[in-house]
Amino acid sequence: MTEGRFRGTERYVATDDLMMAVNAAVTLGRPLLVKGEPGTGKTQLAEEVARALDRPFIQWHIKSTVKAQQGLYEYDAVSRLRDSQLGEARVHDIGNYIVKGKLWEAFSADVQPVLLIDEIDKADIEFPNDLLLELDRMEFYVYETRQTIRAVHRPIIIITSNNEKELPDAFLRRCFFHYIRFPDKETMERIVRVHYPDLKKHLLSEALETFFEIREAPGLKKRPSTSELLDWIKLLVAEDIPPEALRGDQRKLIPPLYGALLKNEQDVHLFERLLFMSRRKKD
Amino acid sequence: MMTDFFFKLRKASVPVTLTEFLTLLEALNQRVTAHSVEEFYYLARAALVKDERYYDRFDQVFASHFKGLETLFDGLAGVSVPLEWLRKLAELTLSEEDQQLIEAMGGWEKLMETFAQRMAEQEGRHQGGNKWIGTAGTSPYGAYGYNPEGIRIGQDVSRHRRAVKVWDRREFRNLDDTVELGTRNIKVALRRLRRFAREGAVEELDLDDTIRSTARNAGWLDLKMVPERHNAVKVLLFLDVGGSMDDHVRACEELFSAARSEFKHLEYFYFHNMVYEGLWKDNRRRYTEKIDTLTVLHTFTRDYKLILVGDATMSPYEITYPGGSVEHFNPEAGDVWINRLLAVWPQAIWLNPQTPNRWSYIPSIQMVRELMDDRMYPLTLEGLEQGIRALQRAR
Repeated sequence: MTEGRFRGTERYVATDDLMMAVNAAVTLGRPLLVKGEPGTGKTQLAEEVARALDRPFIQWHIKSTVKAQQGLYEYDAVSRLRDSQLGEARVHDIGNYIVKGKLWEAFSADVQPVLLIDEIDKADIEFPNDLLLELDRMEFYVYETRQTIRAVHRPIIIITSNNEKELPDAFLRRCFFHYIRFPDKETMERIVRVHYPDLKKHLLSEALETFFEIREAPGLKKRPSTSELLDWIKLLVAEDIPPEALRGDQRKLIPPLYGALLKNEQDVHLFERLLFMSRRKKD
Repeated sequence: MMTDFFFKLRKASVPVTLTEFLTLLEALNQRVTAHSVEEFYYLARAALVKDERYYDRFDQVFASHFKGLETLFDGLAGVSVPLEWLRKLAELTLSEEDQQLIEAMGGWEKLMETFAQRMAEQEGRHQGGNKWIGTAGTSPYGAYGYNPEGIRIGQDVSRHRRAVKVWDRREFRNLDDTVELGTRNIKVALRRLRRFAREGAVEELDLDDTIRSTARNAGWLDLKMVPERHNAVKVLLFLDVGGSMDDHVRACEELFSAARSEFKHLEYFYFHNMVYEGLWKDNRRRYTEKIDTLTVLHTFTRDYKLILVGDATMSPYEITYPGGSVEHFNPEAGDVWINRLLAVWPQAIWLNPQTPNRWSYIPSIQMVRELMDDRMYPLTLEGLEQGIRALQRAR
């Protein structure tokens, strides 16, 4: 039981519920679907699972034009046609023109790999449906060469989604699901510690305070996320900004290097206004 | 116990299916959890719930169903640990010396007996405390009761108290789609609308590029494909401002701000309570820059989808009588105008921020609903989704 369990890594803080979801998916060999706010480390999760369990990592990044078939294999008919025009010998074996996709790669790996299907919601609506059988049975059929590809080891499949499209029920039924919640202050502190172990305690707590204050400002168009906090702290460290400066005095309303946190002009204005109002109330 | 839980979930309209339930049982069978109610909760949630908007409902059912049963898990935790499992674990973690010590104490069976005994004793004593079974001392229990890798056989009352809170806190409440819309929800809803905007990523032959590439290839054929793309959804948004809508203006603005980034063709107009002969685009200059509704009717083609947002709470006269408006003298009644809108844009819905259970008490809402052929939906995620579906239906 102890080996092959995921508990987060030295670079990645996993909450209890996330660990449970990953371990359940690994044990039962089912795909794990991960959703959550942008910047909460969905994509990173797969990398870290691969690292923690010491497995090869295969990434399949989905775009709006990607088809399910491309994950299995592609038949490069055009280059075969070209070769036939040139009269090459290899044209007689159709197998020369079958290009392996990411799923094939994962199925044929010697060690059980971790396969990340990133941002599945970017693809066409039919995309998840086209992969149902493949993910369920972990096998598929190559029509051109009449062979069935079966997974040597059921790969650990982690799928991320940004909620742009609803995924079909039949697909969801076959997955474990986890929604990465935005971390609370305690977890956030652990996350920052993992990335910046020698950050001064004082600076950290000031930075977190400011960060959550910004996040809670009502009406922001884009609320800053974990990855933005980490960027910001990196900048703070690089610029060697003292913790006191974060508090912001009366003259300087907005925290230093806010550009890392607020990515929208209207948000910056809004935040300035809010700060101004709250300060005036205090006086 | 489990089957009841399954049916309770279904009753609370969490969409659980038998496959998912069997997955959970399989996971339990394979001992994915280490018999703690907290872990069981996480496992059940990952296996049964496939959308964060059902998390809250799941939490509620879980809390009500397993209330008082946490103690049951506590009992399981200590007593029914299978012997082989323990032994294997101990082999992994104990040193040679420790193992000899165990032999000295009378072997594994004896040890298990003492363990169970100790367990029972401790149950009586540690009420309210949070002491592990066998602290990490020299006791052999300690060696596996709390091993460095964090495998836990003991019980930790405070942990459980925290665990219960996980679902009692109901942190996912704002993800439930029947509650009113927040900025996040609304974006999700509008993305769903966008989903219909692009109908499939069909590939088509890019003739220009094919010719160019083939020429560059010295005449060898080189086919180029491009994804077919067309953003077909055009939306006309009519927003009610002022008066009884003031409470809902925020929700409307959120809908509006979200909508603007989702469509290429989006036109919006404001009205007050009811659509009459004039609309405006800027609320601050509503009296000076009025746009003729007829002009709007003539400008936008039939394939626009019309979304009216308003609480439809007003005096019935504002709908049925000329001159009924509270602001000005309107030569024609509101229902005339609504019918004109519907004649030009048959694909139309009315979104109402009022909660649906109040609709039947307000006569004007009933009237508008009738005018809209019942296509009035609450301004919640669920309502939006139904509305969007209604918009899709060809009329």
